[in-house]
This record gives sequence, structure tokens and C-alpha cells, in this order.
Amino acid sequence: MRQVLEFEKPVIALREKIAELKKFTTDSDLDLSEEIVKLETRLEKLENDIYTNLKPWDRVQMARHADRPTTLDYIEHLFTDFLEFHGDRYYGDDAAIVAGIAKYKGQPVTVVGHQRGKSTKENIRRNFGMPHPEGFRKAARHMQQAAKFGRPIICFIDTKGAFPGRAAEERGQSEAIARNLMEMAGFEVPIICIVIGEGGSGGALALGVGDRLLMLENSTFSVISPEGAASILWKDGGKAKEAAEKLKITAQDLKELGVIDNIIPEVRGGAHRDLASQAELVDRAITDNLAQLEKMDKQVLLEKRWEKYSNIGAYTE
Amino acid sequence: MLKDFFSKKKHASKPSEEAKQDIPEGLMLKCSSCGKIYYREEMRKQLYVCQKCGHHHQLPSDERINSLFDEGSFLEYDTNLETGNPLEFPSYSQKLEKDQLKTELKEAVVTGEGTINGFRTAFAVMDSRFRMASMGSVVGEKIARALEKAREENIPFIIFTASGGARMQEGALSLMQMAKTSAAVQRFRDAGGLMISVMTNPTYGGVSASFASLGDYNFAEPGALIGFAGRRVVEETIREKLPEDFQTAEFLLEHGQLDAVINRHDMKKYLTTILDIHQAGGNVS
Ligand SMILES: [Zn+2]
Repeated sequence: MRQVLEFEKPVIALREKIAELKKFTTDSDLDLSEEIVKLETRLEKLENDIYTNLKPWDRVQMARHADRPTTLDYIEHLFTDFLEFHGDRYYGDDAAIVAGIAKYKGQPVTVVGHQRGKSTKENIRRNFGMPHPEGFRKAARHMQQAAKFGRPIICFIDTKGAFPGRAAEERGQSEAIARNLMEMAGFEVPIICIVIGEGGSGGALALGVGDRLLMLENSTFSVISPEGAASILWKDGGKAKEAAEKLKITAQDLKELGVIDNIIPEVRGGAHRDLASQAELVDRAITDNLAQLEKMDKQVLLEKRWEKYSNIGAYTE
Repeated sequence: MLKDFFSKKKHASKPSEEAKQDIPEGLMLKCSSCGKIYYREEMRKQLYVCQKCGHHHQLPSDERINSLFDEGSFLEYDTNLETGNPLEFPSYSQKLEKDQLKTELKEAVVTGEGTINGFRTAFAVMDSRFRMASMGSVVGEKIARALEKAREENIPFIIFTASGGARMQEGALSLMQMAKTSAAVQRFRDAGGLMISVMTNPTYGGVSASFASLGDYNFAEPGALIGFAGRRVVEETIREKLPEDFQTAEFLLEHGQLDAVINRHDMKKYLTTILDIHQAGGNVS
């Protein structure tokens, strides 16, 4: 069953009504086409109103939508010859991160991304897309290899955050994240990072240091979950909606703050509505950015990457 | 939040007289771990390490600097960086002002350079009295600049970390300081620079998961609590009681996450030895 978000209930209701009338038309002799056209016009206007005025909290819901395309969905649509490889060579294989090699329009690339499940069973297997240190270390291993063989790196970001568990702490969650941040700053190949769903804190950023940081229109990227911020700041997890606004976690806000480079538009109603069309929009962004980055000399690439991150922040002097 | 747990930790005690318990507050400090009462001045001279139980209390940044650097050698960097309120977050500016008044610091980190027994080194000292030394734009910028300065000057970089984590009121700008500082460490490393990280109580979240863990040597003070996620969050997530010493420096040492745990009184000598072994700059060239 499809998950229905609060703000899109009127749209869904109207769409169901239209479907009903259409079915009625085919099943009976009554011609309701005039009525249907009227309703379809109304639907379009309603969709326009709703989806062009999404509030931060609406986008949080969208980013968390159970049917929202995941890393593996995009991999299937964007790459050929994808081979997934496993393990960090120290401790284990973390299913919350997928990594491997593939071809992008004939060109070899390394692909890394957080992977959550769409069903409860799959989510449990993948720990809801929340990595342990071995996940980050697996990612690092593949990115090191990409640098060695001169392959561009494409990262998909989609996590609530690094897993806050006992084992994760014992095995050095902090060190694993820190090392990724540091090493990604220095790989001499183009790195494109795309936030496709939720980008939660350090666990998201651990796949987010590159030449381009892009966000899907309805994805979020935040230092802490709105619920977490609300409970710490106001001792009231129920104020998450307010926190979502104050924290500036939408693609639009983050573009303005200079945190991200660009926004990838979403199909109307959100990426989950039409994966194939959404993948095309992501495809275009990767093609354009990769073309720009591949023209650069290695030293220029690294220098620009450093400039980009060193310029983020707000202070006076 | 962290203190209850911390106070249960015991360390080898040195004999010391148990007097002076009826002197007015203010002049006196009580060890949060063993309850022993000290004259503030006496505690200051001991670098806020309890003589009885060995507990390492919070050490203000200026006193830490004085305890390590040769007299008159301290030169502060970037004294004019000021935090704004980029997200116009409610009551953030007032909170900053309050801590500025309380600590006489502009922000939660002091950066600069000096000599330690003659070895010139750049450094950063975080001060948890200021907003729990959470990492906002100014903290990230000052640390990145100090690393760049050390790279240009070809001198080692030592950082004393302390932090509750991210500066929530700066949103993703706070988060991105993790990337900025880690990228600065990468450049410094790439140039062959020697970086030493000393984690003090507490070092959590975005600081723990960036530069604090990226030293060529990672040390901690005894009993310091260090981790990515806080104890309470971990307990709530896994619904399991955690061991008493969870996330202490000693626990991390046992799990292979630290090079050594160093007593505050031995710090200067210890760092001097490392600087000496690496010689000026730590560069192999
Ligand atoms: Zn004591």
C-alpha cells in the first residue's frame, strides 16, 4: 500500500475521484468526459498549488517517503555493468552502504551510497540505512581504489545518520567518519555527491565531501534531525515542524547559504511518483557536472575542492 | 548529563590532608568525583587535577596554554573572528553574548602558536565553558586557518579538543565545518605536517568525528568522555545498559581507538618528547 502524506491528501482524493469516474465511464454507457476534463484541470491547479509551496516539514515527509527511490534504484537506471563489492577488510560488510564499480555512459566509475530498505524486513537487514564504521570504511576502500584507477566517484546520500550503537562506538564510528571526510578532500578524481533522500548529520557528510554537492528538490540535509533539535532545544520532540523551519534543511535554503552547489528538480509530486523520469533528471545533472570536472587538471580540481569547503561558514572579521 | 557517570570513576589517589571543609564557597572548589574540598587557588596550581582521586576537571583555555607553552612565547591567531547568527536562530545571539561575558572569550576555541620547551608549534585549544565548545563557523574557521598557518610555516600542530558536538543554531553551516577542518588536516598531512590531537572531557559528535580523530597521534586525558553519539542516545537506541566505563579514555584505549592516555601533569614533558623525536616541523624533508 502506498504511503499518503498529510499535505497531499486533497490531491490523492481528487485523483481517486477521477479514476472512479473514468472507470464508471468504461463500465457504463454514461459519458462523463466533460466532467473528467473539468476535474483534471482542477487537479493540475491543485497540484501546482501544493507542490510549489511545500513547507520544510512537508519536504521532510517527502524525503522520508517509504517509496522514495533509493541508491540501488538510481544505480539500476543510471549505470550499466554495476558490480557490487562487499566488506571493509577489517571487520565485516555493512549492508547500510552499497559500493561497487560500473559504467556511466561507457565510462568506468565508482559508485557508493547509503542504502535503506523499502520494506520492514529489508530495512532491518540494512539497519535503516544507518551505517556502522565498517560501512564508512567499505566506502573509503572503494574510493581509494577509484583514486588509484582514475575513476570518477558518484556518491548517493540517503541516511538518517550514522548508527548510534554500542558496537559502532567501540569500533570507532568517529574515526571512520573523520577519515572519510579527510580522504575525500584529497582524492585526485572528480567526486559528485547527491543527496537523494535524508542527509542526516556526520553519517551523511561521510559520503559528502566532493567537487559537487547536489540535492534533489525535496531532499533534506541537516546537522541534526528536526525531532532531535526540538527535543534538545525546547525539550519537546513535538516541535519538530518548527525545528525543520529554523534549521534551514531544504535544498532551497542550503543553496542560498552556499552549502550546496545545485538543486536537481523533482518530478511533480516527488521522486517516488516516477522513478524513470526522476532518474533522467539525475542523469542530466551527473552528465553536466562530470563534463565540467573532467576538464580540470588534478591540481586545479583539488584546489577548487578546498576553496569550496574552506569558504563555507558565516562570520565577521 | 555526563557528570553523574563520570563521578563514579575512581583513580589511584595520592595522600593528601582532608581539612578546610568549613570555608565559604567561591574560595573553595569541591572535587565532583571524590568530594574533597580545595582552595580554588590550590586547585588552579594543580591544573584542576584532584590530588586525592586524580580526577581531571575542566581546565580553562588560558590556563592550559600557560601550563604548556614557554613563558612569553604565546602568539594568538585570528583574534577578530566573530560569530553571527546566519540562520537568525531564536535566542542564539543572546546565548553567545552570555557566554562571552562569562568566559571573556569571543568563541569556543583559542588558536595560536608558541614554543614548548623551545619547539615552535601551532595549536588550538577548545574551551568547553563556551557553548560546550560546540562547533560553529568560527570554531571551524579558526581551526582550519591555524592548520593552514602551520602548513605554511612548516611547524607541527597540536589540538586540545573538547566539544559537545555540533552548534545546532548554525544548522548545516555547523555540519560543514567538519568537512572544512578535515580538508585542512588533509592538506597539512599532505605537506608532511605533524599533528597531535589530545582529547579532553568531553569530546563528542562533529568534533570527535572530524579533526579530533585525525592526529598522527591521538591521545586523551584520563577519564575524558569521547564518542560520536552520547551515552543516553546509545542507551535509548539499543535498549541496553552500557558498561560504566563506556566511552571513557581508558575504554577507547582498550578498544584500540587511542595511542595513549596522558595525565595532565605529564603533558608538557610528553609532548616535548614527541616534538623532539620529530624534530622541528615534523617534515621529513
Ligand atoms: Zn577527587
